[in-house]
Amino acid sequence: MTDTILKLDNLRVESLSGLVIVDNVSLELKRGEVLGLIGESGAGKSTIGLASMVYARAGCRITGGRVEIDGDSIRDLSADDRRKMRGQRIAYIAQSAAASFNPAHRLIDQVCEMPIEHGLMTAAEAKAWALELFRALDLPNPDTFGERYPHQVSGGQLQRAMAAMAMSCKPDILVLDEPTTALDVTTQIEVLALLKKLIRDYNMAALYITHDLAVVAQVADRIMVLRHGKMVELGATEQILLHPNQEYTAALVADRKASDKIAVEAPPEQAMPLLSVSSATGVYGTFKAVNNVTITVSRSETVAVVGESGSGKSSLARLIVGLLPRTAGDVKLNGKSLLSTLKGRDREDLRQIQLIYQQPDVALNPRQTIGEIIGRPVAFYFNRSPEEVKTRVAELLRQVGLPEDYAGRLSTALSGGQKQRVCIARALAAEPQIIICDEPTSALDQLVADDILKLLKRLQDDLGVGYLFITHDLGIVRRIAHRTAVMLRGEIIAQGPTAQIFSPPFHPYTENLLASVPEMRTDWLDEVLAKRSGAAA
Amino acid sequence: MRIFGYKPSLSAWIGILIIAIFLIIAIFADWIAPFPEEETVSATWDSPSADYLLGTDNIGRDMLSRLIFGARMTIGVALVTTILSFILGTVTGFLAAVGGQVIDQALSRLVDVMLSIPLLIFALIILSMFGSSIPTLIITIAVLDSTRVFRLSRAVAMNLVVMEYVEVARLRGEGLWWVMRREILPNALPPMISEFGLRFCFNFLFVAGLSFLGLGIQPPFADWGGMVRDNAKAISFGLPAPLWPAFAIAIMTVGVNLVVDWILSINSRPSGASAEM
Repeated sequence: MTDTILKLDNLRVESLSGLVIVDNVSLELKRGEVLGLIGESGAGKSTIGLASMVYARAGCRITGGRVEIDGDSIRDLSADDRRKMRGQRIAYIAQSAAASFNPAHRLIDQVCEMPIEHGLMTAAEAKAWALELFRALDLPNPDTFGERYPHQVSGGQLQRAMAAMAMSCKPDILVLDEPTTALDVTTQIEVLALLKKLIRDYNMAALYITHDLAVVAQVADRIMVLRHGKMVELGATEQILLHPNQEYTAALVADRKASDKIAVEAPPEQAMPLLSVSSATGVYGTFKAVNNVTITVSRSETVAVVGESGSGKSSLARLIVGLLPRTAGDVKLNGKSLLSTLKGRDREDLRQIQLIYQQPDVALNPRQTIGEIIGRPVAFYFNRSPEEVKTRVAELLRQVGLPEDYAGRLSTALSGGQKQRVCIARALAAEPQIIICDEPTSALDQLVADDILKLLKRLQDDLGVGYLFITHDLGIVRRIAHRTAVMLRGEIIAQGPTAQIFSPPFHPYTENLLASVPEMRTDWLDEVLAKRSGAAA
Repeated sequence: MRIFGYKPSLSAWIGILIIAIFLIIAIFADWIAPFPEEETVSATWDSPSADYLLGTDNIGRDMLSRLIFGARMTIGVALVTTILSFILGTVTGFLAAVGGQVIDQALSRLVDVMLSIPLLIFALIILSMFGSSIPTLIITIAVLDSTRVFRLSRAVAMNLVVMEYVEVARLRGEGLWWVMRREILPNALPPMISEFGLRFCFNFLFVAGLSFLGLGIQPPFADWGGMVRDNAKAISFGLPAPLWPAFAIAIMTVGVNLVVDWILSINSRPSGASAEM
């Protein structure tokens, strides 16, 4: 009698062009155990997760190894039997719940579909079980929750509904692929706690895939660190966090810990701020996305704007650049008031404020070469000849740490971090005084994000540019921001030097936000939950 | 062999071969055709013989020569029409997507009005008003067809306009023309090219259809649709005459569609250009 429920033996996955994506990875999962798979994007985490259901994404192939569930080799099963096995014995929870639900069907129908389809339950049984799951997952009004459509519930609720869908056939194994990455820190806690409870209550086994060590520390019993499709290290969670054996693991852990300290102390003294927003308000219809916001950015200064999604951070950026017309207040650049809308602002005003986006993928035209992308602002604003543009592009590429010969490449051939460097180079090409960074690192892996932050810091030291840095990651704020503003529902509720914002007395919302950032301790989640239930009682 | 960096499938090769043969025939018609386009060389509806490989038509002209010259006229008119309609439809479609609410509403409603009138009837009215010369024919079909192109190009551009790189260009202060030409057009090309193939087929059939009704290309010029009409009666005598031009129309349509299918399949592939965005 063995309690090993899932066993991967020398699993190998290759792309159709022969690239090795997962290179001979073996793992065992016992009933009741959670194994964390951690690594940068491209490490093969998700591919392993899917391969444990003997599923390969389009363009990939499982080329070797065994996959066993409860001792049965499931690679040998026919396609039909495999389809039956999926969902019944092993189920998958994806990162984006919004993309995993059919927007045209009610939630309850989608949750009940699988057990009915597999012939495991009658419609009535399936519905009763779904309602029980909704209750177990702490969803509001569990009896009527399922009557809603996916767009009528929040992201956190949808993620929980997807957990219910995965649980609908009472599988033995759950594969969780970054289930909380798309959520705010405050929502993340709730979902994490519920997933943990679910796995424990129903004595399941789980593969937990994430890039965030602090998150996986809360739920996993053991952690496997992956890089470039190979296993780097496998060990108990405490051992990985406290005594990593491999250098790469140590770098991951150290990087995460570094973000706990406040790195930037004194804000530089400035007579007149470069950018000053005073009592500005911007609306979408009747909704005040930005409400009476006052904020300034000076030369060589980084001002962070933090808040959950929907708090109006990005709307503030759009208001400053003129994409969201302001209905009240003023935005001044060097003491000169800027027009409310983009139309009519002169080139010089446009040049002075540049934006860096969250998703470098969609911020770069896939059909233009890097040289064209970076060269255009040079030609457009400074009227340079093609040769001068070329020289300047090479100089900018050097400045952001990319080889000069990248100028001829298309952006699609670059990695996420390299793309973000190109975006930074494009912003610098305009020689701006202010760069608004809208979550520039949240789509990137931890170590890559770290390099981008260092680059931004270095550029600031060299060029004296001011940053308005929008983020939800408090770790980043601590490291780079001179001053910090906390936004909630379109308003700034606290503002001041970073050290002051991050030390008592807190605004209650700031405190909640701070308390929700996972810490690199295995008992952090339980502590926070204990504290909360204590406060509630 | 690869075309645009992609390996054509077998059916794509067949399509490419068909189109290439027809294009060569159309371009070199003067040298290939055994007889002149308009000359009556024999009796009406002669059966195929060594001299007249496909027989003769309703007034004794060589069927094969007519088919060869007809390729030039039919394909040429359809191609010019499609190009014109794409220029018009793409520019207006992009403008509607980029230029803001007012322009979009004005253009879209105008197109709605035009789309609500059946194409064939619209074309018949205009052609009977202005007479059926080849330039009128081309412009009429191009304008009518551009409404279909408009709808596609607007829809494609709408999806691209919300991309952040377009926003970057706007924030930089770029004009509409730059945004349309440099930011949107290159990314809209793959679906537009496959649509080009389809619209070419439609226009080709439309010209043939109009000719069949007597409002398309006028005699003595040969065109396949007109040839079907001229020889239609032969079918009741058990003669194959109208089948030859009909067959040519069918083959050309199939050939173009095979290539279009292949281009569409590139677009929907995970490694395809649109999937990379």
